[in-house]
Amino acid sequence: MSSEPIEMTHTSVTHTSDLTETTEMSEPTQPVEPAEPAGAGALLEARDVRHTYGAGTREEHVALGGISFSVDQGEFVSIVGPSGCGKTTLMRCVSGLMKPTSGTISMKGEVISAVPADLTLVFQDYSRSLYPWLRVAANVDFPLKDAGLARPEREERVAQALADVGLTGHETKYPRQLSGGMQQRVAIARALAYRPAMLLMDEPYASVDAQTRASLEDMLLDVWERRNKTVLFVTHDIDESVYLADRVLVLSNGPSRVIADIAVDIARPRDQIDTKATPEFVELRAEVARLIRDASSGAI
Amino acid sequence: MSWVRSHLADILIRLAAVGALLAFWWWATSQAESLYFPTPDTVFQSVWNDWLMNFSDSWRENFWPSMKRLLLGYGLAAVASVVIGVAIGRSRTFGQYVEPIIHFIRAIPPPAFLPLFLILLGIEDTQKIVLIAIGVFPPILLNTIEGVRSIDPQQFDTADVLQISTRRRVTHVILPAAAPKIFAGLRISMSIAVILMVISELSATTDGLGFRILQASRQFKYVELWAGIVVLGVVGTVLNGCLVFVERRVLRWSTV
Repeated sequence: MSSEPIEMTHTSVTHTSDLTETTEMSEPTQPVEPAEPAGAGALLEARDVRHTYGAGTREEHVALGGISFSVDQGEFVSIVGPSGCGKTTLMRCVSGLMKPTSGTISMKGEVISAVPADLTLVFQDYSRSLYPWLRVAANVDFPLKDAGLARPEREERVAQALADVGLTGHETKYPRQLSGGMQQRVAIARALAYRPAMLLMDEPYASVDAQTRASLEDMLLDVWERRNKTVLFVTHDIDESVYLADRVLVLSNGPSRVIADIAVDIARPRDQIDTKATPEFVELRAEVARLIRDASSGAI
Repeated sequence: MSWVRSHLADILIRLAAVGALLAFWWWATSQAESLYFPTPDTVFQSVWNDWLMNFSDSWRENFWPSMKRLLLGYGLAAVASVVIGVAIGRSRTFGQYVEPIIHFIRAIPPPAFLPLFLILLGIEDTQKIVLIAIGVFPPILLNTIEGVRSIDPQQFDTADVLQISTRRRVTHVILPAAAPKIFAGLRISMSIAVILMVISELSATTDGLGFRILQASRQFKYVELWAGIVVLGVVGTVLNGCLVFVERRVLRWSTV
């Protein structure tokens, strides 16, 4: 097989667990020059990413067991897997906050060794990632100054991002004065104003209530479509993964692998009630649920 | 005005407590009829006549020399402690080198340095400023270290994914996050600074608030002695009030 393990046409379901094994020995440590054709479709590419915590000790824990996938420019990809399957570890590796034990993750053909400037991550726990001493607008503006932008440009971006997430009028409040859902909107606005090529989201809606979650999902889809973003969205919620994405990557329980790459060919714009009632949606969510159940029972 | 109305009960309770203390003071001293324990009315009269009527003199002779020593010693120690505290809080290795030394110095009562400093640094202001600084730095330093160490790692992860520069990481993440702890240290240290200021002025001095009290005692002017103590109480309260005012402004985000 070629060097592109899962650059696949988006037919319905492709099981990739066998494919991941073949690239196992590819360039373990030394940084790879952008030798492969950059801009050849994939914006982000993970190749056989493995991570072991406490290697060689009694607490050795293999979190990632060889994960490969790619995300194209403009795509909305969700990663779904059981709790504790290593999703956060994967996101930390993809965002460059952590180095995987082996394997490479590259963005625009360049291997990620530190946090790339063109990428940002929205954390699950908004209360810990917003800065409580900065007002809403200052939180959104925070990264823009270091990005070297002039004040008018920054002000415009902040205003636009806050408008995109529906928080216009809350600029001078402190995060603590907002509800949980609104705080996560601030965190998303901050990521949007930063205008990364790639937006990573690590279970961003796991700690908000169901109604808020639905409205945040639609807000995200709306912004993704209007602003032409590329999103990699991690969740443990099967409905959410199918509802949002163009493609769902299903992870197995730890050590996690991509056990399926499912294309979601459901028409957009999607609707919380109508889309979820379509036979395609029902079938896909059942498919994903079955995969996760089988993978979990196999692991235990 | 609305603030006064909503806090009226609080204000009345506090005034009543102060009134009760004054009443007791007056009653006890007038019963005692002792030279050493003058009644409050004579004490306040002395505050008015000896300190306030010729304020330009007492400012020059007493307030200003004392304030200069206190604010210099306190200010220098505060800045140094916060800088070193951030470094220690962020670097485990640096902390391992420096912390035992800090804990040893902290264990020494600062006035014990006074005779040594008199020999080493002379009787001028330097000696007093250094004494104040030595006593003031441990609480600020230790609180800064603790404040910096207890910052949620996700705040740094967030700064990482947002590509925040090192300088703004210090000014916009580390310092504000540690600010509540730093202010706790600053408040403890302010009272220590006032104590050490007075102690340093009780020997080898010719001006300052502490010197004035010592002088009054030597001249058997017990009313003036008490007046000096009252003035020191007021000075300490005002300094602490200023600090609390600044703290409330800086930490406003934490109480919204």
